[in-house]
Amino acid sequence: MTLELLRIDDRLIHGQVVVGWGQPCEIGFFVLVDDAIAGAAWEQELYRMGTPPEMAIEFVTVAQAVQGLARYQADPRVGMLLTGDIETMDRLTAASPSLRQVTIGGLHMKPGRVQRMRYVFLSPAEEARLQAMAARGLTVVAQDVPSAPVMSLDEVLRGDGTA
Amino acid sequence: MMMSERRAAVVAGHGRFAEGIISAVAQVMGEGHGLVAVTNADRTPEGIEQAIREALDRTGATVLFTDLPAGSCTFVGARLARSVPALHVVTGTSLPMLLSFVAGGTLEKVVEQAQAGIRVLGEGR
Repeated sequence: MTLELLRIDDRLIHGQVVVGWGQPCEIGFFVLVDDAIAGAAWEQELYRMGTPPEMAIEFVTVAQAVQGLARYQADPRVGMLLTGDIETMDRLTAASPSLRQVTIGGLHMKPGRVQRMRYVFLSPAEEARLQAMAARGLTVVAQDVPSAPVMSLDEVLRGDGTA
Repeated sequence: MMMSERRAAVVAGHGRFAEGIISAVAQVMGEGHGLVAVTNADRTPEGIEQAIREALDRTGATVLFTDLPAGSCTFVGARLARSVPALHVVTGTSLPMLLSFVAGGTLEKVVEQAQAGIRVLGEGR
């Protein structure tokens, strides 16, 4: 198997990820890419506490994720890589050309953001960054749970929050 | 007979979980139960924290019930408990747990009764 999904989600590991994706897709390991959490033992313990024992979690910086990518992709288990924001995923994918698709799983309401989908709120700067990632050749889609339709970046950016 | 003491708590979870389970408590125990609902819908972790903090401050509650051990409200609650030592976070919340709490049970009793109440019924079980 390989990394099944590269997900951008401001909640990182939570119910949708562990139960919604984790169980039906038989996720065996998560790679949580966050420069701050990679150095925060207590935060790591918190995420471990909420994750079933059969699902491993690795906490890494962007640089460590780039280094570890070949190992993740060769892992016999199904894996999911998570970042909490677009900027982190942009840095990771820019440094790792073998990564071809990223999925927006959940970016929620914040000042300056506009609702584009039920679970996607974006600022103009974030939209421009996603477009730049797509222009680099990356496929950017949105999907919160496995049973939901996969939406293209164009569909997301045209959205008014009703889908 | 009236409840002798109103015990405040915040119930937080996915979608309308908190609102729904509190409505079930009200149906069994009546209004005046002291429970306040918070949803994580549309909220960033920072937004969830702000909503839970406001609900705790407004009610004076020192107990936060959440739905899912791996849920965003649980993670937020666990972080809050680091800076608010009096706060207790109870996850895996069920109706029997909230009924026990509203009826005056200690948190130990709340958990014990909820665990004891889990059954699989039917022939051959």
